[in-house]
Amino acid sequence: MTKEIICTVCPTGCTIHVEGENGNITKIEGFSCPRGKVYAENEFTAPVRILTSTAKIKNAKTPLVAVRSKTPVPKEKLFDCMVEIRKLELTPPVNRGDVLIKNICDTGVDIIASGEVK
Amino acid sequence: MKADVLVIGAGAVGTAITRELTKYRLNVICVDKREDVGGDCSKSNSAIIHTGYDAKPGTLESELVVAANPQYDKLTRDLDIPFKRIGAILPAITDEQFAQLPEIKEKALKNRVYDVQYLSKEQILEMEPNINPEVKGGLFIPRESIIDPFIYVVAMAENAVANGAKFMLETEVTGIRKEGDRVVGAETTKGYIEADYIVNAAGLFCDEIANMVGKFDYTVVPRKGQFYILDKNTGCKVNHIVLPIPTKITKGKLMTPTIHGNMLVGPTAEDLYDKYDKSTNTEGLNSIRDDVTKLIPGVMLQDTITQFCGLRANRNPEGLNIDVYDDVKHYVNLSGVRSTGLTNSVSVGAYVANLLREIGLKMEFNENFIEKRKGIVCIRELSKEEQHKKILENPLYGNIVCRCESVTEGEIVDAIHSPIPAKSVDAIKRRLRAGMGRCQGGFCGPKVIEILARELGCEPKDICKNNSKSYMVCGKVK
Amino acid sequence: MNKITCDVCIVGGGPAGLSAAVAAKKAGAKDVLIVERDEALGGILQQCIHPGFGLKLFKEELTGPEYFGRFVDEANELGVKALLNSMVLEVTADTVTCINGELGVCEISAKAIVLAMGCRERTRANIVIPGTRPAGVYTAGTAQRLINRQNEMVGKKVVILGSGDIGMIMARRMTLEGAKVEAVVEIMDFLAGLTRNRVQCLDDFGIPLLLSHTIIDIKGNDRVESVVIAQVDENKKPIMSTAREIECDTLLLSVGLIPENELTSNAKIEISPITKGPKVNQYMQTSIKSVFACGNVVHVNDLVDNVSAESAKAGESAAKFAAGKLEDSTAVTVETGDNVRYVCPQSVIPADEKVDLYFRVMKPQKGVVITVTDGDNVLFTRKAIKVNPGEMEKATVSVKDITSLMVSVKEA
Repeated sequence: MTKEIICTVCPTGCTIHVEGENGNITKIEGFSCPRGKVYAENEFTAPVRILTSTAKIKNAKTPLVAVRSKTPVPKEKLFDCMVEIRKLELTPPVNRGDVLIKNICDTGVDIIASGEVK
Repeated sequence: MKADVLVIGAGAVGTAITRELTKYRLNVICVDKREDVGGDCSKSNSAIIHTGYDAKPGTLESELVVAANPQYDKLTRDLDIPFKRIGAILPAITDEQFAQLPEIKEKALKNRVYDVQYLSKEQILEMEPNINPEVKGGLFIPRESIIDPFIYVVAMAENAVANGAKFMLETEVTGIRKEGDRVVGAETTKGYIEADYIVNAAGLFCDEIANMVGKFDYTVVPRKGQFYILDKNTGCKVNHIVLPIPTKITKGKLMTPTIHGNMLVGPTAEDLYDKYDKSTNTEGLNSIRDDVTKLIPGVMLQDTITQFCGLRANRNPEGLNIDVYDDVKHYVNLSGVRSTGLTNSVSVGAYVANLLREIGLKMEFNENFIEKRKGIVCIRELSKEEQHKKILENPLYGNIVCRCESVTEGEIVDAIHSPIPAKSVDAIKRRLRAGMGRCQGGFCGPKVIEILARELGCEPKDICKNNSKSYMVCGKVK
Repeated sequence: MNKITCDVCIVGGGPAGLSAAVAAKKAGAKDVLIVERDEALGGILQQCIHPGFGLKLFKEELTGPEYFGRFVDEANELGVKALLNSMVLEVTADTVTCINGELGVCEISAKAIVLAMGCRERTRANIVIPGTRPAGVYTAGTAQRLINRQNEMVGKKVVILGSGDIGMIMARRMTLEGAKVEAVVEIMDFLAGLTRNRVQCLDDFGIPLLLSHTIIDIKGNDRVESVVIAQVDENKKPIMSTAREIECDTLLLSVGLIPENELTSNAKIEISPITKGPKVNQYMQTSIKSVFACGNVVHVNDLVDNVSAESAKAGESAAKFAAGKLEDSTAVTVETGDNVRYVCPQSVIPADEKVDLYFRVMKPQKGVVITVTDGDNVLFTRKAIKVNPGEMEKATVSVKDITSLMVSVKEA
């Protein structure tokens, strides 16, 4: 498998070419700094993203409260996590940092409140 | 449902006829297929009250426009309609145009518009420093005026309601029932309406209504007009309506302040077959740029806050026609109400009322006729002290929803619960200007949807931009 | 009418206003009052639920609500006051007039005023897209508000015009909430927003980015039914033979932001024709000495971290001015050299201090050297692999005894 990865570590935006199978990288070129190399390796083997969304809240001034994954989750699990977040139905108070879903979709990552509703 | 007179169409003309008829003890119903009064043509035009100086002398159109203009001072005062007599300037830029001036003035005299004056180059440049300095001279037409066309129709309709008329909106006429040689009622999407007399003031669609009574003597040929609206803060403004000298082919494109201080530039004139084609196009917009630059070289079209397109309900064969027929009795047909329609609507109202009398309608004077109507309070125009007082009466007047035009939640709620309720985003915009400013509803749009849903007791997804298919949002995210 | 007095009055409680308020307090201003039109502080960040904020300032990746939350907490601890649900109608050298549903009209007298009204989005009319005017044409920020704050979905099949950051972020947001984003269309031949947003918002979800394309027609009388897109030539003119129709119910516009300066111009404060914001010196002081300005009202930023930094400067300066302690002497105008569109601040008062000059380039350029000069004297020089109009650059210089200043970007 080969992938062209645009590095997002800094504004330079190097295009890094990575080759390999099953997570083993056989060839990597096009990076211009060590941070870029690490970024491209991670993007190739196990890309992760912070997921942010909103959750329903009842009996509050606002209909929604902002939520996020505390740390990044595997990219391929984003839509599965969205399904779980959609099921949330909160009531006030919700404080910033409150854990709303523990270990979402077995990722080991918690969904927490990023906004707050008193 | 039963009416003495059924008026089809709630544009400027239909509404004016309806209001005129409420001066008599009559049961009047006005129907329109749209969700709001204001029609098609009546809401997208140059918003000018003409004098008729350039009409074809001797025509019905000339007679009615010339008669209408002087009525607007009292009418707009009575009905609380924004209106200003700012006058129009016709600058002659070329020698050829300069040579045309006597002919234009002579035509004005034939139309009995006696107050047209010559202007020298110096006078013009003093009145309008932004006019092309090559100007040779020109004409001044003092009574050409500007109006808020939306408020005009809303005010006429509200006053008609106050005097007992009924407006049925989202009510489309699908057929007209005849008995013998006379009409007796109309089938509509909201049921059958029995009517002693029917007036067809359906504008763009008046030919389709005429077909329903068996008249096929004309067709409507919509004429498209595209416009630019410029920001109030644009760097190049005019103080008068600046009209080009017409050519054989076209009346040309003008630039004028609107009653609210924006600049309006246009229109194009393109004949169409599609009555629903209200799209702007690059050719049209570019032609406005090319033409207006000749008059006002410094015009800053980059300060545009919107472009829009209106349709004039021209007809083939041409000309304003108000017809009654021997073989279709109890029926009045209006057609060819075009760019002068907004102006002449008020005299068309009186003319049609008289025509109805002539064809047998019994008309007894309504001594309880209420002449005056008060619009929604405009918070931005009050002094600080008055604003303070209003807000203490109703806190919603202290919540500004549209920041560009400073429209408050209180005014929006007033419009939703007014005699002709504003139920759509556009209806709010036309009455209050919320969403008509430089951000074009970017800031107030979501709030207007919220307020409409709350006041009308429905879901935001049921709120439309205008008609029932123009939904703003499609349901809850979660 | 209500009369209120304070040392520093701040117009706007978004990230700029909050940072200015906190800094003004820290610099010793006693009464600091924020006037905010919304029902809560935070400004546009309330709807920016995505991550990417705070990397420079807090060295961690925060969402919008988390970012402004830190400032609100700090402002509360310091005793900053806020007047919410209050729209400012007028600003003069010493008075801010606003209206509020409970209080009515309020006249706030202040020793110093900070303008932090932010910006607004450019609309369809600003870029003149022909076609009909149906429902379903939204600016990206308006759609973001509806979706993230009001829980209203704007549409299901979406085309986005403009590759600005908000547009790309909304492409991801709507995709995650079940909409289909057909394409992001960009008239320039380069991305308007940040590369990381292209990767994480478009590439991640297979959303096509069509550079050198634009929308030439909008169809649909009631609701958007489709848009017609076409490639553009080097003069940005559509190539008609490339036109194709994309069916959709929604068109989002992410075509730029304009500083919101109606209050500023009405106060007769000098406005820069390039940034469309007030001209300021390094203290973020405008042409009216008691009035300061910061954030997107001055010039449109791409990172909120920069807004916070610049606004802290404004708040601190306002506090000093209120106490009669702000430097005042003749300013030097900052000149724009090669490939520099504008520099903010536009002028600098020579003083024994370092000044951050923020600037944008006119066009993308690779392998450059950025210099700041005072005549023949080079005050600053830095090499950059590439520069891009979408990403603001910064140069920090000592401004003691300077007689002129010029920022240029040249081939290395």
